[in-house]
Amino acid sequence: MSLAVQTSRLTGVSEMAIESDVLVIGGGLAGLSSAISAAREGADVRLVTYKQSTLRQASGLIDVLGYTPNGEGPLTDPYDAIPELPEEHPYRIVGEDTVRDAMSMFDAVVDTYRGGHTDTNALLPTYGGTVKPTARYPDGAAAGLASDDRDLLLVGFEAMPDFDAPHVAAHLEAAGVPFDVRGETIQFPGDLMDDAKVTRYAKLLENNGPVEVRGRERGARDALVERLNPLIENEQRIGLPAVLGDADAAGVRAALEAELGTEVFEVPATPPSLPGVRLEDRLFEALDEVGGNFESGNPVVSFDGQDRVETVYVDKQDARIPFSAEQYVLATGGLVGKGVESDREHVYEPIFDCHVAHSEDRYDWFDEDVFGDHPFAGFGVDPDPELRPLDGSGSPEFENLRAAGSVLGGYDFAAEKSGSGVSIATGYHAGRIAAQEAQ
Amino acid sequence: MSDARDPTQFDPVVPNTGEEYEPLEVFPEDEGFDLRPGADSCYKCSTCDTNCPVAEVDDDFPGPKFQGPEQWRLKQTDDDYEIDPSISECSNCLRCDTSCPSGVNLAQMHNTARGEYVDNQVSKFSVKYVRNRILANYRTSAYFASMVPRTANFFMNFGPVRWAMEKVMHIPSEREFPEFATQTFRQWWAERGGAKVHSEDKKIAYFHGCYSNYNTPEVAKALVRIYEYFGYEVMVPEQKCSGTPMFANGMLDDARRHAETNVENLTAAIEDGADIVASCTSCSMALRNEYPELFDIDGIDDLAAHTYDAIEYLRIHTDVRQELEQAEISGELADEFAYHAPCHARNQGLERQAIELFRNLDGVSVEDVGDSCSGISGTYGWKSEKYEKSMEIGSEMFEHMEESEGTTGMTECPTCASQMEHGTGYDIRHPLELIEAALIK
Repeated sequence: MSLAVQTSRLTGVSEMAIESDVLVIGGGLAGLSSAISAAREGADVRLVTYKQSTLRQASGLIDVLGYTPNGEGPLTDPYDAIPELPEEHPYRIVGEDTVRDAMSMFDAVVDTYRGGHTDTNALLPTYGGTVKPTARYPDGAAAGLASDDRDLLLVGFEAMPDFDAPHVAAHLEAAGVPFDVRGETIQFPGDLMDDAKVTRYAKLLENNGPVEVRGRERGARDALVERLNPLIENEQRIGLPAVLGDADAAGVRAALEAELGTEVFEVPATPPSLPGVRLEDRLFEALDEVGGNFESGNPVVSFDGQDRVETVYVDKQDARIPFSAEQYVLATGGLVGKGVESDREHVYEPIFDCHVAHSEDRYDWFDEDVFGDHPFAGFGVDPDPELRPLDGSGSPEFENLRAAGSVLGGYDFAAEKSGSGVSIATGYHAGRIAAQEAQ
Repeated sequence: MSDARDPTQFDPVVPNTGEEYEPLEVFPEDEGFDLRPGADSCYKCSTCDTNCPVAEVDDDFPGPKFQGPEQWRLKQTDDDYEIDPSISECSNCLRCDTSCPSGVNLAQMHNTARGEYVDNQVSKFSVKYVRNRILANYRTSAYFASMVPRTANFFMNFGPVRWAMEKVMHIPSEREFPEFATQTFRQWWAERGGAKVHSEDKKIAYFHGCYSNYNTPEVAKALVRIYEYFGYEVMVPEQKCSGTPMFANGMLDDARRHAETNVENLTAAIEDGADIVASCTSCSMALRNEYPELFDIDGIDDLAAHTYDAIEYLRIHTDVRQELEQAEISGELADEFAYHAPCHARNQGLERQAIELFRNLDGVSVEDVGDSCSGISGTYGWKSEKYEKSMEIGSEMFEHMEESEGTTGMTECPTCASQMEHGTGYDIRHPLELIEAALIK
């Protein structure tokens, strides 16, 4: 080696894993909740996620429990129902107090949400015109509460068929809401093409961006106000599709409210959902604030270790990048998020091959009734009280691997309306224990 | 009697891909790469559409979900189907590809469709084609300009010349041409006598690309010094353009020609025991992701598996993190930086590495200006008809840069850097320069 260049004092190592105390695999609500809770405990945390999560496809509402597994509900108080849930339900495993603590963490981290003042479920109208029980809702949806008796005007846009305001109004009326509700459909100023993206509407409204209205250039938000004003009879609140801004939704809403003289709210959306995107953005920002590291874009595909997970490998076009940690959290999602996969013979967890209980006969995986009680909805890993996935004989698969969110089995989030709550509660619990164990 | 199928004979198709997936051949055979698994994996969640910076500012642009899986399907079922011209509005930032929760290969779909569009539907005599071809072959222009760098620097930003370029070639006169260095990196390397550190087991071959050779050799030199500092033997093989600007302009034949040279020379270096590193995140993305998706060249998969971003590689193979934690920066680079992660770095999962690496480095602060796209996308913002769109996409980044503490920018991508400078007037540095300043006195 020549002396002409300065070299490192340390001797080189051929390959070193990227290290942290706690490594969280998965960047949805459960992964982010685990990473944030572990970082709040003081651990050095890293989150790795393959692409973007299903949080973007979610309404942005945070449900704890809307219905019991037997279909009773809507429940007034989700916490009252927890002791009655089946033993294998994630809420029973972590316990009611943990669910409450986890929701408090959520409230502390996400200050743009409401509902934390009470245990009772709020009722919010949806794009389908149903009324949904939920525990937390964004500021922007607050004026739409179905328990509020002020009359309501819903306005949809012609080029956005997902939200059909007159139809939603009729459904709400049929559901017996305690107020008068009307639905109107207008053309969004500027005559956007039929397939314009929600982000296009949001950007135009946020920047009051230029659109052409009858041959003249106008600010989109100003022009929208002009179209909304004549529709208002005596309603004190107007519901619009959830496209009112992206980064500065509060600013867009405030500007509309000032001009219209009524309260304005967004009806929680179908995918792709800006309320879901905003929540995801806020949670990543919060993780950054507590000093957590994260990276996305490439999948964890394999690992080293027997009783303990030693190292996991992220695949980048066949280059394997090693990551190691004291403790790991598996928050890769369920059947939609691909944390649980299936082929014709098996249902399996693809990274660590954790045991997923399921019938050998695949015809037992589903119910013949479309809206029936499908066993597949509950597929996932079964954990011990510390949320460590158990093998077929009931022992932890690995001493330092915990699972959170929809990769867990034992509950049907779609039927119960418990998806967000389970993700937050189990994420919080897994992240907290992982951080304590790592230190 | 009902003709419904006997439920015990029900035979569902395996739902999602996986590696062993073998699609049923219901569409006519195609000679190119099979894009069907990608099209089938799309479940229409529209995550890609919400990540598309072009669709956010242009409501005539149908978005990546259409450009990718939907257009592919239309193409299979209609023999006369022509690629929708809107494909040329796609800036090739590949955020759709980065975001897709189903792993649909949108990069491959866009590149293939764009190549087909340019090959079959664009006149080879049109001004735009000629202009795009010149922009895509930046390496050729840079090669000639660097022979007379001072003259080139004068003329490329000389008012009347730029007026003429705007009128004839539709190259926006608002933009400033990048300066050509008076000595290219390769000239410096030759003058220096090549590698100063020799090692049997620690070797890297540097893919410097065009920009750090002709325009920012200080970045390339920093890379060489850092790797030598960590005891690596640096090799600098003969190389051509990575192909990124050619993919983005649908000129796949040009890209393939360059790729053949790169694959041949870089795989030879791999045989000599080197891994490949690049300082430009679009170059590393081309070698590791786009090459194997678009071309079938001997050794191309091997190259992809051995290619890394320069900083990523340091993080895996050296103590750079620990050393930076103990280091301190003084002098010119003791500054506050507004960092922008290039979309192509994001595609490789590298969007946070600079923030993380410099978090505990004394003497500097590096602030992430958020996840917006810079809007230039290589040659995209260099076209008059796209200039305003490019600036509108970039406006969010400009605002965040101005709100941040620093008044110096930082990024890995040379064209993002030129957009950052254009929008804010800030000086823009590469993270490798900061590592050099911290570790090498």
